[in-house]
Amino acid sequence: MNPRRKKRLTIVLSLLIGIGIISGLVLYALSQNIDLFYTPHEVVHGKDDTGIKPKVGQRIRVGGLVVVGSVKRDADNLKVQFDLTNKGEVITIKYDGILPDLFREGQGIIANGTLTQARVLEASEVLAKHDENYIPKEIADSLGEGHEAPKYTKEQLKEKG
Amino acid sequence: MWKWLHPYANPEVSYHFAGRLIPWFSKLTFILLFIGIVWALLFVPADYQQGNSFRIFYLHVPAAILSMSIYVAMAIAALSSLVWQIKLADASAAAMAPVGAVFTAIALITGAAWGRPTWGTWWIWDARLTSELILLFLYLGVIALHNAFEDKTLSGKAAGILALVGVVNIPIIKYSVEWWNTLHQGSTVSKLGAPSMASSMYWPFLVCFIGFICFVTWIICLRFRNEILARNAMRAWVRDLVNNTEVK
Repeated sequence: MNPRRKKRLTIVLSLLIGIGIISGLVLYALSQNIDLFYTPHEVVHGKDDTGIKPKVGQRIRVGGLVVVGSVKRDADNLKVQFDLTNKGEVITIKYDGILPDLFREGQGIIANGTLTQARVLEASEVLAKHDENYIPKEIADSLGEGHEAPKYTKEQLKEKG
Repeated sequence: MWKWLHPYANPEVSYHFAGRLIPWFSKLTFILLFIGIVWALLFVPADYQQGNSFRIFYLHVPAAILSMSIYVAMAIAALSSLVWQIKLADASAAAMAPVGAVFTAIALITGAAWGRPTWGTWWIWDARLTSELILLFLYLGVIALHNAFEDKTLSGKAAGILALVGVVNIPIIKYSVEWWNTLHQGSTVSKLGAPSMASSMYWPFLVCFIGFICFVTWIICLRFRNEILARNAMRAWVRDLVNNTEVK
């Protein structure tokens, strides 16, 4: 390699390494803010590495698994209450709206709303998190993992307008 | 060691080489995408949770993987153009940028269309979606810089530097779902180890994916030839070529 090319290669490579280090440090510094949500464990005990804990009244997202048997829906309106869990901690979510099709007990959910008590979130939006596993319906049924989307009566939907 | 590559630094040789690849890749594209898409849309079983909406996987995932692969290829071309000042590498980077931009847009749009019924939202500012959007802006910046100056060498240099700087975004996109909590799920297929999907769903994906690779190669060959012609318009061999085709 002739000296001019060598020089250009060195310049380009050191530029790349420099930018790599800078963006690595920036991302490391921002890592808590890039997280989309708190897990129930983090709401109670704070983030693992920094110990940052959301305060009551703060607007946050909480992501966890819906506890089996915890979903309570009102018969004549859209109000619903359920528990989210991870690592043994439980957060109760209260929500007034239509749940996504993938919502079910045991499913990963992200709720966006205000923390009204230490372990209660008043949600304005509920999103279903899908995992990376895709399973044909027949196989899922034979494994006993059938899924049904949440159903609403006409009266319930009318109330929402 | 590099001797066998040397003839391809000649624009005329590369022009004809790309021309010989085109019929192969265009045929393969039609065959593989026809088989793959018919298989994926009509014969693959529906997912137990998402139903039929999961079929967008066969477009979304190849588009997303290719949007990143094309960027890496473009950055390698930009590096060789900057360091070794190979004019053809610059032409190939210019040929790749719009193709990559279109695939990034496809990945974003199909993702939004899938996110609405599955997650319950079109868009969320999580790390995966945001970094993929930045990739689209990087592509648009590279395209703009390629056309920014009258002098192609100068604009190629500027675009090349941007392309190289943007490379840091690629690992961020790839690993965003592992490093941070995101709404977007982890990788189903683009990882080492077995895919997280049933084999009856995986095989049609492979056919579609290889089909899209052929499609991209085909389109880039076409654009590469055009770039070579545009940049060598004053050369005798281009004039001969144009005159001869007009006679036909």
